[in-house]
Amino acid sequence: MTATTTPARPAREASAAHAARVTRRQRGRNRHSLILSLLMTVMLLYALLPLLWLVVNSTKTPGALFSTFGLWFGGPFALWSNIHQVLTYDNGIFVRWLANTLLYVVVGAGGATFLATLAGYGLAKFDFPGRRAVFFVVLAAVAVPGTALAVPTFLLFSDLHLTNTPWSVIIPSLVSPFGLYLIWVYAQDAVPGELLEAARIDGAGEVRTFFQISLRLLTPGVVTVLLFTVVATWNNYFLPLIMLSTPQWYPLTVGLNDWDQQSFTAGGQAIYNLVITGSLLTVIPIMIAFLVMQRYWRSGLAAGSVKQ
Amino acid sequence: MADIPLAARRAHRRRLTGWGFVGPFLVVFAFALVAPIGYAIYLSLFREQLIGGNSFVWFDNYRQALTDPQFWASVRRVAIFLAVQVPIMLSLALLAALGLDSARLRWAPLYRLSIFLPYAVPAVVASLMWGFVYGAQFGLVSRLRSALHVDLPDPLSGSWVLASIGNVVTWEFVGYNMLICYAALRSVPGDLYEAAEIDGAGGLRIARSIKLPALRPALVVALVFSIIGSLQLFNEPNVLHWLAPNTIPPNFTPNMYAYNLSFSGQEYNYSATIAVVMGVLTMLAAGGVQWYGRRRMA
Repeated sequence: MTATTTPARPAREASAAHAARVTRRQRGRNRHSLILSLLMTVMLLYALLPLLWLVVNSTKTPGALFSTFGLWFGGPFALWSNIHQVLTYDNGIFVRWLANTLLYVVVGAGGATFLATLAGYGLAKFDFPGRRAVFFVVLAAVAVPGTALAVPTFLLFSDLHLTNTPWSVIIPSLVSPFGLYLIWVYAQDAVPGELLEAARIDGAGEVRTFFQISLRLLTPGVVTVLLFTVVATWNNYFLPLIMLSTPQWYPLTVGLNDWDQQSFTAGGQAIYNLVITGSLLTVIPIMIAFLVMQRYWRSGLAAGSVKQ
Repeated sequence: MADIPLAARRAHRRRLTGWGFVGPFLVVFAFALVAPIGYAIYLSLFREQLIGGNSFVWFDNYRQALTDPQFWASVRRVAIFLAVQVPIMLSLALLAALGLDSARLRWAPLYRLSIFLPYAVPAVVASLMWGFVYGAQFGLVSRLRSALHVDLPDPLSGSWVLASIGNVVTWEFVGYNMLICYAALRSVPGDLYEAAEIDGAGGLRIARSIKLPALRPALVVALVFSIIGSLQLFNEPNVLHWLAPNTIPPNFTPNMYAYNLSFSGQEYNYSATIAVVMGVLTMLAAGGVQWYGRRRMA
């Protein structure tokens, strides 16, 4: 720490023990690269400018959207009136879509995480007949792209008369082979076999051991899987688009796209300001979730990518 | 001695407990993943005919797909997309990850979070947003064109539309891929760099001999996800389709083709066939990359 607060001190004077403690990162403080900062700033602007565009244009009236420059504020400040319109347009259908999205996220992503955690833990910590077969089938399924399944699942569900119900969106969201894989990787190190053995000797049942001991040790992995499944269901578009035909069951993504299409259909009312402000309201919760839980997704990404 | 049968009984019970943990997942897995695949394959072997109704036609649908110019046009588009967009996106992600890890960047966490942030934006919102930027009415591009009096190309015109969609996808996923690479770089123990520096290795040598090998598994993962994403492209073109119905036709990508076949055309059997063909192609491509990457590492 002293090295960073008094950078003027020549390195030679530092004791050998201190020098060993100075990490790569701290030494780097003295040789920041300007070119690197510039290049990374270009990337940062590329990432953030469209989001700035979204925020700026959520504050504009429909008229100002056309007449003012897109990347800066202009015209009367209409954010609150836009939000009010989004929430009340068409008898408050946006609120209904939000509630639907929450339903799909809580039941779909929550259920997927729960099932993946149980199964990943079971595969990692129990030896049972057929375990290897199960593992290989699930591993193969990780490579099956979810979008490739949308049309086949729709065809099956429509024969079972499940389409246009919340179940048609929830049931396919419940399967997360990748989540199972992450938990399996995580459980191998996080839950020591000796601990389970000790719990068994103490007479604790397997279910109780799981909920009271193992689940706590698995928490970082579980939160990671939860985050990925929440993002997947919150952002889900293809599946609900193909499954649902009445707006009453739409999630936000399909609903927003529907609003956007209004302006292209004959006789439809163009409601760009609602599309833009509705998009902003859709993005904010998921971004907050990401920023708050960034510690978890970083460790999860590391587990998923390094331990291949 | 008396506790041996007890232990054996316990062991047996534990075997069943394993199934108890895995069982619920497998039930849903069978219903929502295995059954649709099986049903799609089954459907792909039948055809609804005007005379004779639903009849078993062996591989006729597959034969039709192989000679269907509409299908091949869609495959060619996603193949071009894969060949151009994925290398650009992954190179940017890799460079950004190396920049973050270089310790020569001030406020690295700010860059890391900001560049990753678009990943949280739903594909629909990302496409709507970029659509407004591209579009004719109050698009930034058209505004820039009139303000600067330069002849910027129309991003939604025939020759540019694929690149414009590539830009949306790059925007969404470059940060995600950057983080995958960055996580791999962070897993290299610091001692390794110290040792290399003591041995007199320069920055480039360190990058080639330490960083690139550490990155290889992460790059394989990123490449596999990108291949899947490209071949299964749907959300972005389907949203932008409304802005540019002439340059983004209903068969723009294989997934859009399959979707429109079952929706507008009611051709369920042929739609299932397209889905099966693309699923197999995607798994072959993704599996091939994984196999190649693993062999190179061994």
